[in-house]
Parts: sequence; structure tokens; C-alpha cells
Amino acid sequence: MSFITDHILSWVTFLPLAGSLLLWTVVRREGPARLLALGVALADFVLSLHLWFHFDPKTGVDQFVERVAWLADGRISYNLGMDGISLMLVMLTTLLGPIVILSTWRAVTERVPEFMGFLLLLQAAMLGTFFARDMLLFYVFWEAMLIPMYFIIGVWGGQRRLYAAVKFFIFTMVGSVFMLIGIIYMYYHAGSMDLRAFLALDLPRQAQLWLFGAFFLAFAIKVPLFPLHTWLPDAHVEAPTAGSVILAGVLLKMGTYGMLRFAMPLFPQGVATFAPLISTLAVIGIIYGALVALVQPDVKKLVAYSSVSHLGFAVLGLFSLTKLGVAGSLYQMLAHGLSTGALFLLVGVIYERRHTREISEFGGLAHGMPRYATIFLITTLASMGLPGMAGFVAEFMILFGTFGSTTLAHGRLLTVLASTGVVLGAIYMLWMYQRVFLGRRDNPRNEGLADLSGRELVVLLPLVVLMFWLGVRPGVVLDRVEASIDRVLAPLAIEGAAPAGLGAALTTPVLELPEGQGRFVFGNPEMR
Amino acid sequence: MELLHVKIPSWGDLQWWLPEAVLCCTFLLALLGDMLARGRRPVVAFAISVAGLLAAGALAIADTHAVAPAGGRAIMGDLMVVDGMAIFFRLLFVFGGLATVLFAWTSEEIMGHRRENKGEFFALTVLMTVAMMVMAEARNVLMLYLAMEGVGLTSYVMAGYMRTSLRSTEASLKYVIFGAVSSAIMLYGLSLLYGMTGSLQFSGIRAVLLGGGAEPFGILVAVVLILAGMSYKIAAVPFHFWCPDVYEGAPTPVAALFSVGPKAAGFALMIRFFYTTFAVGTNAAASNSLIQVINWPLLVSVISAVTMTFGNLVALRQTNVKRMLAYSSIAHVGYLLMGFVLLSEMGLAAILFYLLVYTLMNLGAFFFVVAVNNHLKSEQLEDYKGLGYRMPWAGVMMVVFLGSLTGVPPFAGFVGKLYLFTAVMDRQWFWLVIIAGLNSVISLYYYFRVARVMWLVRPDEGHDSPLRLSWLQYTVLACLAVPTLVLGLYFGAFKDLADAGIRTMAGG
Repeated sequence: MSFITDHILSWVTFLPLAGSLLLWTVVRREGPARLLALGVALADFVLSLHLWFHFDPKTGVDQFVERVAWLADGRISYNLGMDGISLMLVMLTTLLGPIVILSTWRAVTERVPEFMGFLLLLQAAMLGTFFARDMLLFYVFWEAMLIPMYFIIGVWGGQRRLYAAVKFFIFTMVGSVFMLIGIIYMYYHAGSMDLRAFLALDLPRQAQLWLFGAFFLAFAIKVPLFPLHTWLPDAHVEAPTAGSVILAGVLLKMGTYGMLRFAMPLFPQGVATFAPLISTLAVIGIIYGALVALVQPDVKKLVAYSSVSHLGFAVLGLFSLTKLGVAGSLYQMLAHGLSTGALFLLVGVIYERRHTREISEFGGLAHGMPRYATIFLITTLASMGLPGMAGFVAEFMILFGTFGSTTLAHGRLLTVLASTGVVLGAIYMLWMYQRVFLGRRDNPRNEGLADLSGRELVVLLPLVVLMFWLGVRPGVVLDRVEASIDRVLAPLAIEGAAPAGLGAALTTPVLELPEGQGRFVFGNPEMR
Repeated sequence: MELLHVKIPSWGDLQWWLPEAVLCCTFLLALLGDMLARGRRPVVAFAISVAGLLAAGALAIADTHAVAPAGGRAIMGDLMVVDGMAIFFRLLFVFGGLATVLFAWTSEEIMGHRRENKGEFFALTVLMTVAMMVMAEARNVLMLYLAMEGVGLTSYVMAGYMRTSLRSTEASLKYVIFGAVSSAIMLYGLSLLYGMTGSLQFSGIRAVLLGGGAEPFGILVAVVLILAGMSYKIAAVPFHFWCPDVYEGAPTPVAALFSVGPKAAGFALMIRFFYTTFAVGTNAAASNSLIQVINWPLLVSVISAVTMTFGNLVALRQTNVKRMLAYSSIAHVGYLLMGFVLLSEMGLAAILFYLLVYTLMNLGAFFFVVAVNNHLKSEQLEDYKGLGYRMPWAGVMMVVFLGSLTGVPPFAGFVGKLYLFTAVMDRQWFWLVIIAGLNSVISLYYYFRVARVMWLVRPDEGHDSPLRLSWLQYTVLACLAVPTLVLGLYFGAFKDLADAGIRTMAGG
């Protein structure tokens, strides 16, 4: 097995790619194609479990590193690595992989091998993006995500799929191009595409501001941060269920991941300058997303706008520039991936039965579909951040971190405003639930709908379990990411690289994790 | 008297010029063979052309190892030079010529029932290949002009190949008129230069210029005139007017060849001429300024920015795929000119590499249009509906070409742009990179509009029968698509070839 474990990151990344190639060329019949795709995704999940169990949480240094000179005399290298941050997002990706494939069993009947091929291709590109430690490699994976998603939306999507696919592509590409220019600029000065070389670069303030802007734009579009979010509802509504799940579950996290991994550590001056602006935009996004979600007549669109709101929390946490906030942000990425992923799956379930997603078409569904209503309720509660569920931990940490932020002059005000987002979240989610599931079953077309099948339960239960598990045992995640967050944010804490106070806020142990106990203790002296 | 400073060539030089010599013979043999077959068996000319191109290719590859001393090997009395860059372009042109010949064999436009002189097409392609190779080798103003006219004359004939077609004849006439005017302009510039320096050799002109023995204003005028003439050849704005009409009117395989061959040759010529006569300094990293009379970087960067923006914006509005590709090829000239701004070795090498990538992807896209035209007799985008489902393999390859033309990874076009962008990654010219980046986004829209129509729109009822391509078409398309993909991930060896080409050229 050593030939696998020695190159485990490559295996995890390229196994889906290999499956995808098989689907394009050899396995062309529907049944075998589904089984092959599911098998590959499961195998990939098993491989990624190896990462989970052999990961050393004590260090924030990249692990399982693979580095091979690739081009330009090694100035560009095939360079993969994984720290705690990548680990979490990779696990989320590989977990969602088989779930998504299983969820399409009935939903996708046209051109199945191609669809599965695109899903696996997308998975390979996403995993590569999380592992890449060479900027060119990162960019290649980053852009490689576009093409499969373009086709998933464009071929298997809804009525306005053409418009949505093109809009998605163009929005993302605009951001990426500026990031590419930024990368080339830094390559020109660093003489290497290695992330470490980029980090070692001592750029003047002016350059940092511009480069931060270039990188941040790409990531902010992906998140999407208000006011760059307009592509998201279109893409979500038109995408097939599987596409929406991947989009909400993982693709959006590329944005926040990119900020945390690249934009923040590479350009401390940019962070210091723009953090107040960005955190304000994040809070606007939280409230705006929630308000727009409130009035949506379409369940899927409601969930899509709730993503804008939830991801606003993630960005706010990052730019609170406190360790607690950043850890909370990472937690939010996972929690949102689970709960929103599950919500899209659930919306897909009812769409398959009724071919509509209009809230007004439904009512009283709980009578005929008790299992469905129960799981939907749990997911709804998780999404609005009920204590005991994953979302609560995340939002709590983010709000706490922002409140204690020493760099955001208006941190406390932002916290108060962002808290209203939590309340609004409860309102739009519960109101939607009430209109869809409770009351009398007026519409005759809602009668006789089948409850969740065994397959659908298998798809949803792992997510539900994880929502609870992460809600009560945050240490499972936090233990593994703390050292990595410390390390990634270290450039921000260097004396002189950022204004006074920033360094202190980051090095203060706001979050203590006694080894092996998985409970977190707040000890922020600022808070007293 | 050594009037033109030309030394007497020796027969021995021919050994360094074997690929070209073989192709010259191929041209004559193909014509002869076609004549003996009385024009009724084009396969004769086709077979001879393919064999000749293959032989020339093999010889050119063999030459890469036996390459000359630093600075290249001057041949034919110093009229031409065989150095790394010449070899690079030899390979490129032979490859392009061969691909064109093979694909043209399957094209209805060339080989259709009612066409005449089918064999001549292949012979002409071979002739054009030789002329382009000479363009890349010339280091003497006279030779430069002759080679350019050689390419020009052949292309006029080829553009008008369908002589019963009004559009084709019109294309040819337009090409002749524009070509003649721009040749005259360039010739005027060249004669000014000769008058001021008394030399036809690039190196001789350079020596006089460096010695300060020429009137600065005169140099300025000469450079502008020559640049104008060459801009015509590569179809840079504002000398691009002929390009879309000629491409649209000419048979598609011819347009395919035009869009890569003469353009690449034009760039080869520009690189050698401007770099070896005007650039100062040999430091690979430092930017080289043209002799002080002219703000070269500003001039070229403005042309570059205008060309790419114009090409892309107009391409955006096209409904005819062939015409769209014509405008997109103008945009690509704009990108290519980015490497020319600082006249640095890095930038020039980036041009070479991009030309290679561009040849692959642009030929591929045009050939796809040829294959479609055979079946649908149309190049209109609306007729491409659902085409991906009717010819899946070719459709996938077309997506590869389009993705590469856009410049998204993991395709080769991305790497090409990466190098071009890096070449102007200088404080002062940063705006050009940003414009180029925005242009890539614009181009994304129209390239992927083709992909969208092909794959995301279902074919109309009754027009959804599968379309079959011949094995030859699949082979040629695959020979273009696979490298387009592979070069996006592993381009080291080819980049080295381009670097070496510029290095040996600069060393002289």
C-alpha cells in the first residue's frame, strides 16, 4: 500500500479524474456508469479517511507533501500539501462526492455517463485546489473547476440554463483574470511559483494593496460577497440538484478558502487597509441575503440567498482578524456545506415529485411525508444556527470574534448588526417551513406523494448526523485546525507588517484547546 | 563591385538548406505530376506533397541536433541564416503545411466535384511553406522583401482558388490590392533605410545606426513605414481590413493556413528584423530599447492594445463562425504583440511559444469549421445547434480548441498567454496586461457561445442525425487537440526550443 500512501494527495486528487476518463471513453452505459461513479467517489472518500486518521494536529505545517519539479527548471513545481484547513474542506468534498452521485440516481436520466464524468472531474479539480501549494498549479485547478460546472449547469439545468451558465462563467472568469495577473506579477518578482516564495516576498505597501485587490476580487466573486453575488441565485436555481449541492457545499468555499490561504497571509497591508470595508460588506451581505430570502416565492432561490447570508458570516469572521473569528469562519464553511447541501438535496427530493418549487404550491406536506418533514426540520434548524447544531458553533464564534476584534473600530456595531442576520435567518427558514409543511393539505396535487425512499435516507442521514456531531463536539474540528490557522495567519502578526494591535489580537490565545478534550475555553482578556 | 554587399553563394550551403530545397523540388514535382495526370487525379499531387512535407519535416528535425554555432550559420552569401529560430519556424511551417494539405484533402470546398485544378492546391501550399520558411531565415533586406512577396503572391492565388465563386475572387482581389499597397509602403521604408545606411544586411544597417551615421528623423520614418508594411502581413489594427473578408471569401482550409502561416512568418520576420537591426543591449532580462529616436514600447503597446480590443469586440458580434475566427485571429495578433513591446529575449521567446500554441489551436478550430461545412454547407452559428451531439468526438475537440483560444487552463493557450503577460510585467506597461486580461474575458463570451450552441442547445427536429467524419479528419484533429491539451500541462521542452531559438538569434 505504500505506493498509495506515499503519494496519497495525488491519489485522492486524481482518482476521480481517472474515473471521469473511464466514463468518457469506456463505460458508456447508464447503469454501469452510475455504479462506477459511485464506486470511485466512495473509494476517494476512503482514501481521504487515511488523511483524517494520519493527520498530525499538533503542527500547522503542510503534511503529506509531494513536490516534483514541473516546469521552468523547477521554478514551477507540482507541489501538493495539506494542513488542517485543507483537511477539513477536503473531507467535506469527498464526503459530498458519493452523496451527490447517489442523489442523482433518479433525477438525471439523460446522458448519464457524461454527467457523472463531469461530477468526478469537478471533484478532482476542487480537491486539487485545496491541495495545491504552487500558484500555477493552484490556478490551473481553480480554472479547471469552471468547465465542468459550466456544462453541468448548461446541459442538465433548468429553463434558463444557458443564461445562468454563461453568467456564472463570465463572473468567475473576470475575477480569475485579475488574480492571474497578480500571480504573474508576483512570479516575476519572486522567481518561483512556490507559495512559500510568494510568502517570503517583501512587497511595498502600494503593491500589496493592488495585489490584494486583484486576489480578493477573484475570491469575493466566488464566495460571493455582496454586491458581487448576482450570479449565484441564477446558477443555483438553474443548476440540477447535484450541481447546486456541489456549488453550495464546496465551490463557494473556494472563495473563503482562497482569502484565508492566499489573500490574507500574502498581503497583510491590504488586509489591514481593507478589513473595515470588507467586514462592512460582509454584514450588508448577511442582512441583505436574509431579507431577500425572506420574500422568495421559490424554495431553491430562498436557500440560494440564505447562502449569501451565511457566507457573509464566513467573510466577517475572517476579517475580524481574531483567531476565534477565523476559526469560526472555517467552521461556518463546514456547517454551511452540510446544512445547505442537505437543503438543496431536500429541495431536489420534492422537485422530483412535484416538478415545482413554488412555496405557494405546497402546504401541509408533513401529513403525508413524516420522514421528509422531520429531516427537513432538522436541516432547517441547523441552517438557522440552533444551539446544538453545527451552525450555532460557527456563528457564535464569528460573532464573538468580531465583538472582541481590536482592529475593527466598529467591530461591536457590526456584531450587533450581524446578529440580526441570525434572527432573520430563523424567520425566513421557519416561515418557509411553516408554509410548506404545516397547516392543512389544501392542494390536491400534494396528496399521495411518496415519503423519502431508502436511498434518499442514505443520502441525507450522514449529513444530519454530522450536523449534530459538529454541533456538540466542535473540538473534532477545532483541535485539528488550530495550529494551521496560527501558521497561516502568522504573516499578519509580524511586527510592523500590520498596524499595531493586529499582531496582538492574533497571538492572544482567545481559544484554548486542552489536548484531547475537545472543549473550548474562552479566555480573551479583551472581553472582560 | 560589391554593390549589394552580397557574397557569392556556394553550393555547399545547400546542405544547411535541405528542407527548403526538398520542398522546392516537391512543388515542381507536384505540379509536374498533376500535369501528367491531366488534372484528373489530384491524388498524385497530394501524395507528392505529403511525402515532400514529411521528408522536409524529418530533415528539419534532424537539423535541430546538428545546429550551427552560436549566432546561427549564415548561408547563401549571408542572405539567410539558419539558427535556432529558423529551425523552430521550419518545424512550425512544415507542421502547419502538412496539416493543411491533409485536411484540405477531405474538404468539399477544395475537393468538391466541380472544382478544377485540385492538384494545384497542394503544390501551392508547399510553395507557400517554402516562402514562409525563407521569411523566417532572411537576414538581408532584399531577401526579406522577396520572401514576403513570395508568400504574398502564393496567397493571392490561393485566396482566389475557387475561381467560379464570386466571394473567393473578391477575396483574392482585395488581398492583391491591400498587399500591393502595403508592400509598396514597406519597400519605401526599406529603401530609405538603405539610402541612409548603404547596407542591405541587417547587421550592416545596425552597425551604421549604432555609429550614429543616420538622420534620426529618417530612421523614424523608415521604421514607421516598415512597421506598417509588416503590420499588414500580420493583420494588426489599423492594417487589418483585408483579413476578415479574405478569410471569409477564401476556401476554409486556405483561411486556416492564412490565419497561422503568414502571420507566424510575419512575426518571425519582425522579430529578426527589428531585434537584430534596432535593439540595443543583449541582456536577456533587461528590456531593449530601440535606438533612441522612437518610443518603441509605447508605439507597439498601443498597437497591441488596440488590435486585441478591436478584434475581440468585433468578433463578439459575428454570427458566422469563420468570420468570428477571423476577427479572433486579429485579437490574437494583439496578444502576440505584447511580447514585442520591450524587445526583450523573454518577450520574443514568448511570441515563439505562443505562435506554436496558436498554430495548433487555430488550425484546429478552422478545421472543425471545414468538417462542419462539408456536411452542412454553412458556417452560420445558428446551424451549429446541437452539433456536439451529432459529432461528439469532434465536438469535444472543438471545445478544447475554444478553451485554449480563450486561454483557460489546463489548455495550451493559457500557458502561452502566461508567458506573454509575463513579458510586459513591468511597472510602466502594466496597463497593457490589464487590458489583455479584460480582453480574455471578452473572448470567453464569443468562444464559449460556439461551445454553448454546440452542446447546450439541442439539435432541431429532423436535423439531429449523426454526422460522420473520415478517419483522416479525426486523425488530423486529434494531432492538433492532443498537443493543445498536453502543452497546457507540460510545455518545458517546447519552451526550451523557443528560448534556444531566440538565444541563438540574439547571439548573432
